[in-house]
Amino acid sequence: MDDKTRTERTLELATGGASGAPEFKPDIEPAGPLGLSGLPRGFEFSPLNIRRWQNFKANRRGYWSLWFFLVLFVVTLFAEFIANDQPLFIHYDGKSYFPVFFTYPDTEFGDDMGTAADYRDPHLQTFLDEHHAIEIWAPIRFSYRTINDNPPSAFPSKPTWMLNDKDCAFAEKNGYAKCGTLEYNWLGTDDQGRDVLARMIYGFRLSVLFGLVLTIVSSVIGIAAGAVQGYFGGWTDLLFQRFIEIWTSVPELYLLLIISSVLVPGFFVLLGILLLFSWVRLVGLVRAEFLRGRNFEYIQAARALGVSNGVIMFRHLLPNAMVATMTFLPFVMSSSVMTLTALDFLGFGLPPGSPSLGELLSQAKANVQAPWLGLTGFFTVALMLSLLIFIGEAVRDAFDPRKTFA
Amino acid sequence: MSDELCLCVRDLSIAFRSSGRETLAVDGISFDIAKGECVALVGESGSGKSVTALSILRLLPSPAARHSGSIEFQGQDLLKLSERDMQKVRGDDITIVFQEPMTSLNPLHTIEKQIGEILLLHRGLKGAAARERTIEVLSQVGIPNPASRLKSYPHQLSGGQRQRVMIAMALANEPDLLIADEPTTALDVTVQAQIIALLKEIQARLHMSLLFITHDLGIVRKVAQRVCVMKDGKIVEHGTVERVFNSPEHPYTRALMAAEPRPDPAPPQPNAPILLETEHLKVWFPITSGFMRKVTGHIKACDGLTIALRKGETLGVVGESGSGKSTLGRAILRLISSEGPIAYMGNGLQGLTFKEMLPFRREMQIVFQDPFGSLSPRMSVGEIIKEGLKVHHRDLTDRERDERVIQALNDVGLDPATRFRFPHEFSGGQRQRIAVARAVVLEPSFIVLDEPTSALDMVIQAQMVDLLRDLQKRHNLTYLFISHDLRVVAALASRLLVMRHGLVVESGDAAELFKNPKTDYTRALFSAAFNLETAPEGVVEQ
Repeated sequence: MDDKTRTERTLELATGGASGAPEFKPDIEPAGPLGLSGLPRGFEFSPLNIRRWQNFKANRRGYWSLWFFLVLFVVTLFAEFIANDQPLFIHYDGKSYFPVFFTYPDTEFGDDMGTAADYRDPHLQTFLDEHHAIEIWAPIRFSYRTINDNPPSAFPSKPTWMLNDKDCAFAEKNGYAKCGTLEYNWLGTDDQGRDVLARMIYGFRLSVLFGLVLTIVSSVIGIAAGAVQGYFGGWTDLLFQRFIEIWTSVPELYLLLIISSVLVPGFFVLLGILLLFSWVRLVGLVRAEFLRGRNFEYIQAARALGVSNGVIMFRHLLPNAMVATMTFLPFVMSSSVMTLTALDFLGFGLPPGSPSLGELLSQAKANVQAPWLGLTGFFTVALMLSLLIFIGEAVRDAFDPRKTFA
Repeated sequence: MSDELCLCVRDLSIAFRSSGRETLAVDGISFDIAKGECVALVGESGSGKSVTALSILRLLPSPAARHSGSIEFQGQDLLKLSERDMQKVRGDDITIVFQEPMTSLNPLHTIEKQIGEILLLHRGLKGAAARERTIEVLSQVGIPNPASRLKSYPHQLSGGQRQRVMIAMALANEPDLLIADEPTTALDVTVQAQIIALLKEIQARLHMSLLFITHDLGIVRKVAQRVCVMKDGKIVEHGTVERVFNSPEHPYTRALMAAEPRPDPAPPQPNAPILLETEHLKVWFPITSGFMRKVTGHIKACDGLTIALRKGETLGVVGESGSGKSTLGRAILRLISSEGPIAYMGNGLQGLTFKEMLPFRREMQIVFQDPFGSLSPRMSVGEIIKEGLKVHHRDLTDRERDERVIQALNDVGLDPATRFRFPHEFSGGQRQRIAVARAVVLEPSFIVLDEPTSALDMVIQAQMVDLLRDLQKRHNLTYLFISHDLRVVAALASRLLVMRHGLVVESGDAAELFKNPKTDYTRALFSAAFNLETAPEGVVEQ
């Protein structure tokens, strides 16, 4: 039967794709005498990519996941405008200030400390109020590191809307802030009094950015390494492969723990450490594609034309390898996010105080009496990873050659 | 021959449904096969002949393919049989031999096991009885020393032997009808002649009916008594072989008959300057073995070839597959490494760096066999043709490049407006024209043609030959024409080089050589190609 389907396909192709893909006959602009007036299609998507996009859209779950994810990502990219302990805009004494972009000394507003203005400080607020300043705040008046000075209970404190009369009575009796005067903590505070919602927003952004950067950088390295191995083959391939085998047999996690206890872990240090190992993932895939592709006749034809190795790899072979790579990327990204969360959870990740979802989860473990910590962390991570996986599935469908050429 | 009918197909239509659309592959055909008769189905690729063959055994994917009409075999309608009853027919009463011997046998099982399976299924033969019958059919199909071959795996056999094993499997249960679906297309001409002789002989001996599917009219004339010509899913003409060949009625049949490439080779140019020569050109692939990968021997793809091409002539290189003809072409262009001097217009090419090689790359081009594999599916036709210009004519503006692309497309007879399309929108013949355009756009003086017509239909082949000849005359091109198809070579080559096992068997003026081949091997090659006659034992491989 296999034999048959192949002949069939050849038959279809040989008849000019009469039954193959008639809907893809591109519209050609009316040609001039030399056919010169026909516009090249360089600025449009090729029919192949249009078909892929249609396949992607056909997977409704993946398609909506992509939109949902993009909206979340773009919104959290502007986290400073959603959750911030500085006003977005102040009109004070006939002058305009943008605390969200610039740091102003509090002397600007009549205070006398000379330090950076703390707009949540009641003392500074009195100066602002006196001058009838116009302030525009973000919807959430906490940043990820802002500590709530007026909590209704000891930290971690409950989401404000969950407080009942008993809690209010307790707060009044023990000298905590009265229920009527509270600032809203929609998802409560963590054990250091920081707003969980603000930390979640910043944490989501950090995780996605970290995953994105790690994925892109490790893909670039991995693809380059795989391409060189696959295209040149022989000794290059042999030595590189052995090196990778040794490299991947290094116990990753332990090494990460050791390095992160020596170096002060920051965003870029962590990125570098994880990069040491994550680039290997795509190498085998790309290498196999290049090994397969380098003997295609159109590659031979390009070599006969005198096209240089670099150009052949980039223009002819890379597009082939990209299909396999693209299919993999969302999964690489979700596992990058997971690694970061896991390291943070263990306490070997981002420096203390960073808005990290892993740290939120580890706090939840330490404070079982405060379920809002665990639930927030869990749902955020679960949503993010699920969306990435759904998108990945749709991408896989989109690049499925059986669907593309069907 | 009796008049009793073996197979009777009436108004058979087959439609394929994919993503909501229905395509009619076979459109209301009717034909009969009498007991002991051989009927040939002829047509171009896509005409529906293979689909017809598969539908007789009901091997088409069931919900996607919709049959209507009737296929009556020994009084029962095969289309109405249950799947269970159908399985009893398959492999017992009706058997099939496919085109590709490389993939038709399971590579993981021995020959004995594969033939034994059919015997067990339909006859319940086991153990010694099965073995005896297996040896019997293997000797029937001319496998020498069959008892020792039982434990062989498919990869240990040559292509011709594999096809013999396939036939043995088909014959094991003495079927009433054997369907041969292009059984020789993937084989060398010499082996093809042997397989056809074998099928004819067995058919006569077992008094079996044969449905022979092919695109090659030469084979039809040789094996069949009656012929049905198919086009676009319809039988446009049928009749006895003599009648159809001597007085074809349908215009399509006439076109098919006239599709023989017109022989009009470029004249030899004994006084023209030598364009390209090689001296003792060797391409040896090392065979390594053992833990330390020590080189224990070599596969000698080209073993000391000395050739000289004069400007404006066509050197035809012929030989069976594996004789090293393609290797020679690629070695000359330095696409694979080789030993021994190669000189182009007196300039040595061996050892040149990539940069030093560039000016010669412009002069020497190649056209490959597979029109589907040789064009990048991700580039538009214009980009594909333009690629060489970008390397060799960096000073040209985009517009000038475009003009050259248009010129090249006009040269090969394609509409320049098609240059924004992608290769998958073209037919095989058109794609091959694009591949030629990619070569000629650089205005080379030498082109290696590596089986440029082998993957094409007969009618297209003839057009391709005309195009190549026309280009040669217009641009004074020199060709190295590699092919196993001697009819095409005879139409183009001014001189001929016969190769075997990486060595030159014979060479000389083409017209002279075709008339008086000197060696047995060349004679066998010619008689197999032109008359489908087998050679005496030992001259060619099996």
